[in-house]
Amino acid sequence: MESLLEYLKKERDQDWRVEIRSQMKNKDRTALERLAMPEGNPDERKKDYSEVNRGLTEEMAVHEAKRCIDCPNPTCISGCPVGINIPKFIKYIEAGEFLESAKVLKETNALPAVCGRVCPQEVQCEANCFYTQKLNKPAVSIGNLERFAADYERNSGKISVPEIGSYNGIKVASVGSGPAGLAFAGDMAKMGYDVTVFEALHEIGGVLKYGIPEFRLPNEIVDVEIENLKKMGVKFRTNFIVGKTTSFDNLRKEGFAAFMVCSGAGLPNFMNIPGENYIGIYSANEYLTRINLMKAARPDFDTPVISGRNVAVIGGGNTAMDSVRTAKRLGAENARIIYRRSIEEMPARNEEIKHAQEEGIEFLNLANPLEYYADEKGRVKSMKVQKMELGEPDESGRRRPIPIEGSEYEIEADTVVVSVGVSPNPLIPRHLEGLDVSSWGTIKINQENMQSSIEDLFAGGDIVRGGATVILAMGDGRKAAAGMDQYIKERVRNILMLIKEFNTIGDILEFAKK
Amino acid sequence: MNKIVDKEYFSEAVVKLVIEAPEIARNRKAGHFVIVRVGIKGERIPLTIAESDVEKGTITLIAQKVGVSSIKLANLEVGDYITDVVGPLGQPTHIKKVGTILAAGGGVGVAPMLPIVEAFKNAGNKVITVLAARTKELIILEEQMRQHSNEVVIMTDDGSYGKKGLVTHGMEEIIKREKIDLAVTIGPAIMMKFAALLTKKYKIKTLASLNTIMVDGTGMCGACRVSVGGKTKFVCVDGPEFDAHEIDYDEMLLRLNSYKQEEQVAYEGFVKRYTKP
Ligand SMILES: Cc1cc2nc3c(=O)[nH]c(=O)nc-3n(C[C@H](O)[C@H](O)[C@H](O)COP(=O)(O)OP(=O)(O)OC[C@H]3O[C@@H](n4cnc5c(N)ncnc54)[C@H](O)[C@@H]3O)c2cc1C
Ligand code: FES
Repeated sequence: MESLLEYLKKERDQDWRVEIRSQMKNKDRTALERLAMPEGNPDERKKDYSEVNRGLTEEMAVHEAKRCIDCPNPTCISGCPVGINIPKFIKYIEAGEFLESAKVLKETNALPAVCGRVCPQEVQCEANCFYTQKLNKPAVSIGNLERFAADYERNSGKISVPEIGSYNGIKVASVGSGPAGLAFAGDMAKMGYDVTVFEALHEIGGVLKYGIPEFRLPNEIVDVEIENLKKMGVKFRTNFIVGKTTSFDNLRKEGFAAFMVCSGAGLPNFMNIPGENYIGIYSANEYLTRINLMKAARPDFDTPVISGRNVAVIGGGNTAMDSVRTAKRLGAENARIIYRRSIEEMPARNEEIKHAQEEGIEFLNLANPLEYYADEKGRVKSMKVQKMELGEPDESGRRRPIPIEGSEYEIEADTVVVSVGVSPNPLIPRHLEGLDVSSWGTIKINQENMQSSIEDLFAGGDIVRGGATVILAMGDGRKAAAGMDQYIKERVRNILMLIKEFNTIGDILEFAKK
Repeated sequence: MNKIVDKEYFSEAVVKLVIEAPEIARNRKAGHFVIVRVGIKGERIPLTIAESDVEKGTITLIAQKVGVSSIKLANLEVGDYITDVVGPLGQPTHIKKVGTILAAGGGVGVAPMLPIVEAFKNAGNKVITVLAARTKELIILEEQMRQHSNEVVIMTDDGSYGKKGLVTHGMEEIIKREKIDLAVTIGPAIMMKFAALLTKKYKIKTLASLNTIMVDGTGMCGACRVSVGGKTKFVCVDGPEFDAHEIDYDEMLLRLNSYKQEEQVAYEGFVKRYTKP
């Protein structure tokens, strides 16, 4: 097999790439400025749920694509968890071949329109871009270009439905319909399997639907991907909790040959401090689910949500930013982040922090809640916080926050959203005997093929990694699909006890018929 | 989408719905519940599975009209579909032979108690059941309870049926009369609080089954959290049953009223929209 580098080189040497490169000198390319993503006006956008980032225009995208000098050794790719052929898709944009560009993305990324919006490119591909590494200039905006190409394809109405390999009728299941499950389902369908995706909730999409808000990732974009999977023959069963509605054993009896468990990190952590169960104190999951999945903010929907004038969101991750920006949109006068370290240590994406600041979110850094107080009806009204200072770096490399004795003070808060992390969904680990689980509750797997200690059970995404990212979950889904395909092929071979070497399931079925 | 195949009114406010849900019917155990959503704009509400019929592939739910969602559900007719039904959820009741069981149910809490009573009886226990309600019309499932209990005592606040008095009066009489090995109580939070106080006095191990506000029912949101023995628990995955003597009922009562104001507004709007002049 040719190495990745050889492959990339061969692609780079194709005539059209050489031609595009020769149209402009590198000096002129690097002289171009990085274009900022057009955004909604902060004063307007904080009143509604419209998408904040509006997307690059065609002219802007071509301009940005010209900045990429198509390096002989494209380091950006090493920063991408799924190894997208980045220069190739960007050069197609420069050539004006936007649909071709989208196809390149889809070779390795099942959900480019989603990833173009929510991936932390600044610490992945863009951190490894030649501009960042060698020129000390802003990176090529790879993420914005990815989004551009994917959106262009979607809006063109010419979405390519991938070719399906010959249908083999072998039933496989995904447990969970987040990015890991969707990516898995797509790949298995392409290989000809009969795929069913089981989802506990009434909507498909996992965190993409119930967690990440409309203003960052419109549901419509996820729905297009789901429609595409349906066209590929993937079946979806909502309101179905594997392990509860029916057991793995029953599904095995129904003929499912293998399972991909991608049930996410759904269990919200609380801080276990006094008063945390008062009315108006939510986990971020509950707050966001009420609004994103149940549409509580819309008067014609039945689900209620409490969102007051003084909203305090505890935490510094993406989920905290999404919650606090949502609170602002629900009409909070003061929507503030309370985080125990400084802004530099926040795990949230830079873009989210910037957008939050523009929208008038207050940041109360180096502060930690100690206790909540309520009115006579049990509704939270204020909280005690303690100031912190930063000490030595801890295992995570971030400086450890240390409480300052005697610095406690009280602030008003009539709604609190606790966003201090999530733990793996315990439902499946609890249900299955013989499944190897870490002390964190994550499912242990073989890194090579995502197989768990139970032979026909593969796993990936947040249930394996703890709270991670969309792109990693998606990558896991694809890796598990490849691993499962191998596993099934092997099993079919063994079952038939054949000496003969088969290359495809089709061959095997052909033989079985005889 | 699950079809309603049978409907019966227990009273003006309490209806029984039998719905198609073959997988749930097959896999549910006593103590399990489901979450339903009526209409795509509906809210997700938990309801206990009162009965199931594996052969017909149906489960029985009992709903009391208390707010917009339960009214929407109760207004559905045979042949209509419930938009979403998911389950069975929660931990099943730990059923074994312990001796004599005192089961105390109030209001629609009697519905979730039915399968528990049935299971304890089938496991060889002696089961004494106390059914309590404000007034005669609100006593439900009496027939079924008699079928599965050794004795049924009825209590009404106004004395219109059975004995006059609260559920705790009925319970105490029995506790004084014979040795009880385990008590089970399901009903309004305030009733369970006093039932638990009573059995604590007599040192009888007691289970209470809680019906808190829920959203997903899979442990994902924490809407259903309660304090049990000073620790936060999620009713949907850790419960719904807990040691009745360890539950913080006051906190639970407050949390149950989280959306009282919103519910009132929604209810008035709903009534305005749906009552024809
Ligand atoms: C508010 C928020 C913002 C985020 N922002 C970003 C971001 O900007 N960029 C980024 O890269 N990442 C972000 N993340 C993280 C990212 O969303 C997750 O890492 C990713 O969604 C994990 O994917 P998954 O497929 O493993 O699981 P999930 O998306 O969690 O999906 C799991 C699904 O499985 C279902 N399920 C669970 N158990 C069962 C069962 N037994 N049977 C059937 N179904 C079951 C669940 O209902 C759920 O729908 C964010 C997360 C949150 C909560
Ligand atoms: S209902 Fe959401 S965690 Fe229990």
